[in-house]
Amino acid sequence: MSQYYIGILILICINLLAVLGLSLMTGFTGLFNFGQAGFLAVGAYTATILTTQYSVPFVAALVAAMVISVLTSFLVGYPTLRLKGDYFAIATLGFAEVVRLLVENLEKITGGSRGIPRIPTYTSLPFALGASAIALWLVANYVRSRHGRSCVAVREDELAAESIGVDSFRYKQIVFAINAALAGLSGGLLAHYVGFIQPSMFSIVKSTELIVMVIFGGMHSLTGAVFSAIVLTSLPELLRTAQAWRLVAYGALVVIIMVARPEGLMGSWELTPANVKALFARLRPQRDSELSSAEDVELRSAREGK
Amino acid sequence: MTTILQQVINGISIGSVYALIAVGYSLVYSILKFSNFAHGGVLMLGSYFGFFALTLLKVPFWAALPLAIVGAGLLGIVNERLAYRPIRIRNAPLLYLMISSLGASIFLENFTIVTIGPNFRTYPEVFPIQPFMIGELSIGRLDIIILVIAAISMGLLTWIIYGTRVGNAVRATSYNMRIASLMGINPDLIVALVFFLAGASAGLGGVLFGIKYTVWPQMGILTLKAFIAAVVGGLGSLPGAVVGAMVLGVTETFAAAFVSSAFRDLFSYALMIIIILVRPGGLLGTVTGEKA
Repeated sequence: MSQYYIGILILICINLLAVLGLSLMTGFTGLFNFGQAGFLAVGAYTATILTTQYSVPFVAALVAAMVISVLTSFLVGYPTLRLKGDYFAIATLGFAEVVRLLVENLEKITGGSRGIPRIPTYTSLPFALGASAIALWLVANYVRSRHGRSCVAVREDELAAESIGVDSFRYKQIVFAINAALAGLSGGLLAHYVGFIQPSMFSIVKSTELIVMVIFGGMHSLTGAVFSAIVLTSLPELLRTAQAWRLVAYGALVVIIMVARPEGLMGSWELTPANVKALFARLRPQRDSELSSAEDVELRSAREGK
Repeated sequence: MTTILQQVINGISIGSVYALIAVGYSLVYSILKFSNFAHGGVLMLGSYFGFFALTLLKVPFWAALPLAIVGAGLLGIVNERLAYRPIRIRNAPLLYLMISSLGASIFLENFTIVTIGPNFRTYPEVFPIQPFMIGELSIGRLDIIILVIAAISMGLLTWIIYGTRVGNAVRATSYNMRIASLMGINPDLIVALVFFLAGASAGLGGVLFGIKYTVWPQMGILTLKAFIAAVVGGLGSLPGAVVGAMVLGVTETFAAAFVSSAFRDLFSYALMIIIILVRPGGLLGTVTGEKA
């Protein structure tokens, strides 16, 4: 396999890490995080400064990046997570801007707007693949756990969830922390794959791309997140010529999805052996009366059992 | 002392531009209860409308300004028609409206980059730049003019919302859309009107900001300041948005003048966080819990 395709695969894994966290937050908990690039930047700069200036081993630097990113999420989340969703979205947007501002102006540590060049490229394909596979496994289990169900309850109706004893603030904080850890890792890997970092890499455009991936695949489906991370990372790489129009198309795509099919490509469908079997079973006799894919999988299988 | 007074005036001047932007944003929020991220895109295009009216059509400023305002207002209506109405009539979650507005914002910004170009553009000089002198105090002529234009249009907007029959309908709709429609108010018409007013005030804010600084495709990020102003003043409250914008404007100019202009925005965010922690409803807002 040529170096070029290996590069694309690594980028897919790196994006997937950030998208998984975002999917958990936005899709499963209903928290709109518009500042994911801020966490990527925190991770990237932490890891890079540790490996280049203090010669810390790569893996230890990544762990440190995740820890710092999680601590940042507590700092941002504590005042804002108690409030209504809009405040939170604006706060995350502001947070990413603040991070960029700090990185640009603390020149002694971060190299200012020129960034940090010549970062050793430690990120290999097996490492990136392993990291994203483990992350996917963990997040998938989290979503199906008691915690995950509580998150969905908070998304569907926060007041009702609270009234049956779900501590919504706590679950939001946990989810925000998981997201920050994944984004921190993603940022650290990105820095050590590309080989240099600059504040402009972590602009609002990056946050936008990641949130579009979550929405495109289906906000309530991890399968959708994986699928769109693959498609939306590789497609622009392969179609270099249309680069300028890419973000125009992304914007239009988001509006069209929200207007026509807000549940995204996958809806809440997940790629599990049981669901695949159910799908085939349903395809063989003629398609039964179009169950909307937004409907819960359990509901669907209950109907089939009848 | 004179520097402090000067900074206060500068702060109020930039604050009045923020207020124009924040009022439109708050107006939409008060009716549809979601953060309209595309507000920035409308503002940016409004500023471009004004710029091209002055440079390409070569019309005088007094004609370019209404062109930009009406253009931005109509853009606001189109934006609502295409990106929000289909979601609204389905009674979908508010999150979908917010995401759709984000998409519209990305679209407008990048469409402008691709078609008009990514570079910064400077407005032609529409007002003489020499400052007014009052004793030791020199006040930028532009700052005063911006303040006056903003104050007049804000007064007009306040009159429309609080002094007319249509404004009454707007406030009724913001209080409860369903009951307002039972009283014979056409909610779609009111929403369109609100988007026109919001777009128009954003367009005006964009033109004034463009005259003072520059025009560029990402200038929609300015709405972040309007969000902060609206949050500081109390989301959904019009007087709150104005007060919040003034507080923010003065805070920013003081931070830039006495601390460091590079860290100016840090102070804006710090102001917002402090307000959220101390007085979550904003300076003039009331804390309303979610209703079941």
